[in-house]
Amino acid sequence: MSAWVFTLIQALLYLALAPLLAGWIQKVKARLQNRRGASIWQPYRNLYKLFAKEARMAHTASPVFRAAPYIVFAAIWLAASAIPLLTTDLPTAAMADVIVIAGLLGLSRFFLALAGMDVGTAFGGMGASREVFISALAEPAMLMAVFTLAMTAHTTNLATAVGDLLVSAPFLRPSFLFALIAVVLVVIAETGRIPVDNPSTHLELTMIHEALILEYSGRQLALLEWAAQLKLLLFATLLVNVFLPWGTAQSIHPNAIGIAFVLFVVKIALLGVALAVSETLLAKMRIFRIPVFLNMALLMAFLGLMSHVILEVGA
Amino acid sequence: MNMSLLQQLIIVLAAGVMFSSFAMLRQERLSTAIYTFALQGLFVAMVTALIAASDDLDHLYFSAILVFGLKVLLIPWMLHRQVRRLELDRHRESISHPVLVIMAALGLVVFSYWLVLPLVQSEMQFTRNIVAVSLAVVLIGLLMMVVRAQAVVQVLGFMSIENGLFLAAVSATSGLPLVVELGVAFDVLVAMVLFGVFFFQIRESIDSLNVDRLNRLTERTGDEL
Repeated sequence: MSAWVFTLIQALLYLALAPLLAGWIQKVKARLQNRRGASIWQPYRNLYKLFAKEARMAHTASPVFRAAPYIVFAAIWLAASAIPLLTTDLPTAAMADVIVIAGLLGLSRFFLALAGMDVGTAFGGMGASREVFISALAEPAMLMAVFTLAMTAHTTNLATAVGDLLVSAPFLRPSFLFALIAVVLVVIAETGRIPVDNPSTHLELTMIHEALILEYSGRQLALLEWAAQLKLLLFATLLVNVFLPWGTAQSIHPNAIGIAFVLFVVKIALLGVALAVSETLLAKMRIFRIPVFLNMALLMAFLGLMSHVILEVGA
Repeated sequence: MNMSLLQQLIIVLAAGVMFSSFAMLRQERLSTAIYTFALQGLFVAMVTALIAASDDLDHLYFSAILVFGLKVLLIPWMLHRQVRRLELDRHRESISHPVLVIMAALGLVVFSYWLVLPLVQSEMQFTRNIVAVSLAVVLIGLLMMVVRAQAVVQVLGFMSIENGLFLAAVSATSGLPLVVELGVAFDVLVAMVLFGVFFFQIRESIDSLNVDRLNRLTERTGDEL
């Protein structure tokens, strides 16, 4: 019973921490650019403000447009709550399969693209086509990289894989290095961070995610913004807990959970700093450079797979 | 998997050699490609030194130093100097069908793995897995000489073939005799000097280092340059 309670707590923790990560990245980025920047609590205030506002609908909007924010939010939250955040010993671990998570994210993207096209504005359609274009290229690289991990752990279940990595002796694996690079590139593309999409712009011709949600307002916009922040936290958690799993608890003992929480926050904060630095250093790419970028991710994933087969299996 | 930390490090560096081959194949900028070649040489030198450390083979230290001096310092320096004198430092070559080329290279890796499979099963040394990597590096070097049109990049492909052969020798038979190694090193060096002369010759006669233009027999002026 307490395991289920803890599952609920962990899922709520995802919701609570997601805006904080977004705020932290914005703050670090602002400091790097010699600005003071907004407080790291600003995303919470934005969400509060949007929830209090009235939601307006275009009169051409269909029920799909109304339902999409709830479906998107629920799918991403469900996917997030399946990924082990603090402990691998949870009832939801049974559904923490990588393919399920990729499917849930695909579902959310599908409805987001539908909602973008629904109202019939040019920007929505353009944003939808670009979003689908990027994710169609990113998904194979993501799955390849994850299969590399799965070949080492002999399972596609994330909780089992992380648990395996925790108990086995630390081992320098070239395949993990390649898979890590591939996953980082995919995460940047999937969450719409800088070389691929700029999350803080409303410049009409370059935006992707912002173009999709241009017609939303009020609580529906708040839900979509929150879902985007949740997605960022989901991928960040995936990255740190799969590639740097040390510290993640294997039971729900309070002491283990406490240590896991502190280490998790430190790891995520460092990842946020790294993301902010890379976003400050890099410029946004032209959209037709993105296939090259994602091809590189796919190549990395392939190299990871091959170096696993060639270098690690016989050894 | 029960390998010492040193052996794990060797495996990671061998993967780095393979990766730098891919990076060289895909790199459009000439000077970055030369840096990537130097990086590959560094990885090879480090693998050699670490194998020497883990198997107590003292003569391999000398090979490592030889590779470091030649492939990381001397040859990249010579290439950089020539590229600067040919005023190609900012040159970008556009590769036709980059994705196909990369896929072909991946196919070559699989092929070389399949080729050395019997060898891997017969021998019990841990470095045996690196033989497949070094064969792949040789084949990718060949592929690079086939698909890239720029003469300097073709020289890089040739040099990385030599890297692959050296890595194969180190990982399969714990190194060549010193005389052979020195001979090969001087061969490579002489080849490098000759290539340098050829760069200027080619450039003088066709006003470009794109060797695809070498197979034109008649000299027409105007639109082709």
